[in-house]
Amino acid sequence: MEEGEYEISRRSVLVSSAVTATLAAAGVSEAQPLPKALAPADHKVSFVVNGKGQAFSLDPRITLLDALREHLHLTGTKKGCDHGQCGACTVIVNGERINSCLSLALQHEGDEVTTIEGLGTPEKLHPMQAAFVKHDGYQCGYCTPGQICSAVAVLDEIKRGVPSHVQAELTRAPTPTNAELRERMSGNICRCGAYSNIAEAMADVAEARV
Amino acid sequence: MRLFTYERAKTPAEAARAVAGQPGAKFLAGGTNLIDLMKLEIETPTHLVDVQDLKLDRIEQTGEGGLKIGALVSNTALASDARVRRDYGVLARAIVAGASGQLRNKATTAGNLLQRTRCPYFYDTNMPCNKRKPGSGCAAIAGYSRQLAVIGASDQCIATHPGDMAVALRVLDATVETVNAAGEPRAIPIADFHRLPGATPHIDTNLAPGELITAVTLPRPLGGRHVYEKVRDRASYAFALVSVAAVIQWDGTGRVAFGGVAHKPWRIEAAEAAMPQGAAAVTTSLFADAKPTHDNAFKVPLATRTLAAVIAEGNAA
Ligand SMILES: Cc1cc2nc3c(=O)[nH]c(=O)nc-3n(C[C@H](O)[C@H](O)[C@H](O)COP(=O)(O)OP(=O)(O)OC[C@H]3O[C@@H](n4cnc5c(N)ncnc54)[C@H](O)[C@@H]3O)c2cc1C
Ligand code: SF4
Ligand code: FES
Ligand code: FES
Repeated sequence: MEEGEYEISRRSVLVSSAVTATLAAAGVSEAQPLPKALAPADHKVSFVVNGKGQAFSLDPRITLLDALREHLHLTGTKKGCDHGQCGACTVIVNGERINSCLSLALQHEGDEVTTIEGLGTPEKLHPMQAAFVKHDGYQCGYCTPGQICSAVAVLDEIKRGVPSHVQAELTRAPTPTNAELRERMSGNICRCGAYSNIAEAMADVAEARV
Repeated sequence: MRLFTYERAKTPAEAARAVAGQPGAKFLAGGTNLIDLMKLEIETPTHLVDVQDLKLDRIEQTGEGGLKIGALVSNTALASDARVRRDYGVLARAIVAGASGQLRNKATTAGNLLQRTRCPYFYDTNMPCNKRKPGSGCAAIAGYSRQLAVIGASDQCIATHPGDMAVALRVLDATVETVNAAGEPRAIPIADFHRLPGATPHIDTNLAPGELITAVTLPRPLGGRHVYEKVRDRASYAFALVSVAAVIQWDGTGRVAFGGVAHKPWRIEAAEAAMPQGAAAVTTSLFADAKPTHDNAFKVPLATRTLAAVIAEGNAA
């Protein structure tokens, strides 16, 4: 394909997505973190990542996601949309899953962050990682670290009684039914469509726990 | 993202002073809306005052038998609270119908009320938008308006308040508690909190610059059956086309507010007298002044049908 052709198709994609996006603004590029040498101010922040204390000196604009990927080189956590719309950047902070792309690193002083690298290792997989392998809970694998962090946190949320949209009775304890798992995982998009297998992997882990 | 300076305030009055004292300063709570908009340079604050240390993260009983919800209580914590699930089900239901699990863990009560519109042209910095850039025009009126308001709009702006939580708070007659830079408290009824766009669509609410939300209070429980029904383009993780928050009593009377139709949660108390006569009787007067566009005219009959479903659900429960 010629360069010119690519330009045109790319532009028309951007135009149509700007008009149709319900969750507006996917695909708009924004400022990448400045190289450290250009940083206008060196803001200090420290938090624990996968059990290890880390001290940073950062531009205030740097997100938790970029601090993990670009500063600690923990590239397991992925950047999909950078706008809270896909869940690829999901990490667990103080026991709760969040989108690391919509959080400034500076907001996390003293926090405990767990990324996919902290859940398990190739030699010693976390049960959720093993279940994803067993059930083929992925195809390309790009969304997978976020899916697994989210899935681990979802089972904990069910255990703690956090309610969901599909729960029939708000005052009863939720259970890990297929409908519950799917609803609670809706913040993690998978372009390969591995959703059914992801829900089965989660059900395996949930049952093993009981 | 434009450069800014950052501080963490220790007390509510200190936070209010820090924002009021510096043009271009903003509060930062969960960050799930503000940081998103800063990345797109739709919001360009020069200074951020992080409010996470203000200890406004508790839910307490009030002397009147209601609940006082700290401004920093997360959406997850609020929906999980046993008293909220038991006595204010419409609020718990509205919250879990919004966003995703990850976002609700970070989203705060105050930040949720102040989330900005999802009008596609507000997000597209190449297009005119009076809300983003006062006086530049409104690209939505002659443009793609499927998501936008059918009532209460102006010739300057037809955006909606996109949130779910505020619709439930409207039906519950909540009050927004604030403090200003002088340390003076103020209580704003939720009905007066969000504004209609009029000639000043860039101003979403009646908060003064630098005024900090400290809490949202709920009056004593209403009883009845609590329903929140949200119609959207996919089953989860999407904003409402139309939503209905309702509290229906056993005799068929009740309260109802609509989301996704206006610049604020849409409720007209006088229309509720018709609840026992059914959905159409209510929406005929609630939407009497509706001026939908070609794209979103479907929302008016959809509102009636959604309310009919809610009434049926309320009666079945
Ligand atoms: C992909 C996506 C999907 C979403 N879907 C939904 C949905 O379906 N339904 C829904 O309701 N919401 C939805 N949301 C929006 C989400 O609920 C909001 O982003 C969130 O509630 C904002 O809360 P926050 O604490 O993160 O606010 P922030 O982003 O921190 O702040 C938002 C605004 O509030 C101001 N502010 C914060 N705290 C205070 C205070 N105490 N006093 C005064 N001002 C204050 C800030 O200055 C800022 O202007 C979605 C968001 C995303 C990204
Ligand atoms: S409807 Fe409001 S938010 Fe949307 S383009 Fe018009 S002025 Fe901007
Ligand atoms: S990168 Fe898509 S939600 Fe954060
Ligand atoms: S496995 Fe490819 S995006 Fe999910």
